[in-house]
Amino acid sequence: MDVIDRPLYELARLLESGEVSAEELAVEFLSRIDKVDGIVGAFVTVDREGTLSGARMADKARRAGEAPSHLAGIPIAVKDNMCTRGIETTCSSKMLRGFVPPYDAHVVERVKAAGMLVIGKTNLDEFAMGSSTENSALRVTRNPWNLQRVPGGSSGGSAAAVAASEAPAALGSDTGGSVRVPASYCGIVGMKPTYGLVSRYGVVAYASSLDQVGPLAANVRDCAIMLRVIAGHDPRDSMSIDAEIPDYEAQLGRDIAGKVIGLPKEYFAEGIEPGVRDAVLEAAKQLSKLGVEVEEVSLPTVEYALAAYYIIASSEASSNLARFDGVRYGHRAEGAVDSVSMFMKTRAEGFGPEVKRRIMMGTYSLSAGYYDAYYKKASQVRSTLKSDFDRVFERCDALLTPTAPTTAFPIGERIDDPMSMYMSDVCTVTANLAGIPGISLPCGWQDGLPIGMQLLGKRFSEATLLQLAYAYEQAAGYPSRKAPVTKDRGCCSCH
Amino acid sequence: MELTPDDVKRVAELARIELTEDETRAFVKDLNDILRYVNRLQQVDTEGVEPAYHVVPLENVMRVDCVTPSLPVDEALDGTTGRSGDYFKVPRILDVD
Repeated sequence: MDVIDRPLYELARLLESGEVSAEELAVEFLSRIDKVDGIVGAFVTVDREGTLSGARMADKARRAGEAPSHLAGIPIAVKDNMCTRGIETTCSSKMLRGFVPPYDAHVVERVKAAGMLVIGKTNLDEFAMGSSTENSALRVTRNPWNLQRVPGGSSGGSAAAVAASEAPAALGSDTGGSVRVPASYCGIVGMKPTYGLVSRYGVVAYASSLDQVGPLAANVRDCAIMLRVIAGHDPRDSMSIDAEIPDYEAQLGRDIAGKVIGLPKEYFAEGIEPGVRDAVLEAAKQLSKLGVEVEEVSLPTVEYALAAYYIIASSEASSNLARFDGVRYGHRAEGAVDSVSMFMKTRAEGFGPEVKRRIMMGTYSLSAGYYDAYYKKASQVRSTLKSDFDRVFERCDALLTPTAPTTAFPIGERIDDPMSMYMSDVCTVTANLAGIPGISLPCGWQDGLPIGMQLLGKRFSEATLLQLAYAYEQAAGYPSRKAPVTKDRGCCSCH
Repeated sequence: MELTPDDVKRVAELARIELTEDETRAFVKDLNDILRYVNRLQQVDTEGVEPAYHVVPLENVMRVDCVTPSLPVDEALDGTTGRSGDYFKVPRILDVD
């Protein structure tokens, strides 16, 4: 097996034992990027020099017995809505092209503190708004399993980079499913942590009451390792919770017999492809063979969650994105005679259609006369949804659902129909609204495309979700599956 | 209740986004489609339910009121295309005379 196809935990071992140097690793991943990223399109920026010099420093530190952690020298990919000091951070928007942040996001600081290297910045739907990465103003990202299909979104570049072995793991952000949906479409593992577990300092805000940063990795163990790297209190995010961070990796492999998993019937209703539904129900059977009690449950408000989500997310986006006015950073329209027309032209030129659509929708739902009918109503429905979850979690340790209603869809299929694109997130938005953690992992195949299943848990139950996911993964035999990046099935131009 | 082109223009003005006629037409359709979908929320009985504006059991997190290092002026101004000395330069805000 090539070193680039090995799991992250294995790379850490090889580095610690001296079998591989960080520099060799960096060279291997950079040449993989050279080889396939022209086709996959996962990255918008690759930091070749920084990665190589960081790798040499990691090697030196390790030889001196001063490596900051056992992960030192491992490269990872970072979604391009997280600030990286000295490295362009675009949000895949014309608005921020050329923006070089003067500081690192908290999660980037954490990654660097562990001695890990940011190999590059990955493509996303502009400002993380979308479910396919087609809303990027910079480039097209393709699903490594089938290049005519989307990778999912909005963290599509991060998911594609991992699936195509361009990085062993990546960071994404998840406001309504933006880590879990692309993980599902690309056949990897992705987690949205509990709201407040990971600081958003330095992550460009989309919808502040929903946004969380989460890891994408090739297997559950790697996901657990990356979560521990980024989780933890940070006073610079006022929603950051001061909680003890367990060693998630050390807790994998615990017996899951006796755990109770609920199958919420609303997630298996109309609109879920039969192949997806069957694969998830098959996974439930597999879990019950491992001693888990599986029972049907009901969360009646789920039916209204997507509607509440789009109002809340758009409303918060309209407020957060008001900062992009051309004054302090980013694009500024030329030739405006007064400030208001400069704002209006700057935003007309800088934002793409989906970003404008959500700002418009949010501005409308917050405007005088409509606030009660939309934003307040949606927030009340959010309360009801949270109570639904609280009730089922009195009995259940976790819930099992599909991650998305379908597998990866063809590029171009939904881009002109906003509502059909929004439906891609119908199974994932609930976790963001309720503030609970969710993990997506592969559970089957349909026509050569991966199917993802989602485990949801109560707040701060990441360790339990990872244990369940790990037990399933080990039993089902899906560790470290990587995509071949094939132009057509059977033919591979890049190996 | 359908949004009209005039409603869309008013919202765009509030959102500070200049729209072309084509965009205005497209947004009338898109926003009405979205509103038709989200109107299902009206079916949920939320009488007496407190709205959840966030889901964290935290309120008013305070920090100590003391001076900490902040971004140097040059770094803070590095991202703008309109700099004048140590200031952001913008077109005029008020009409003179």
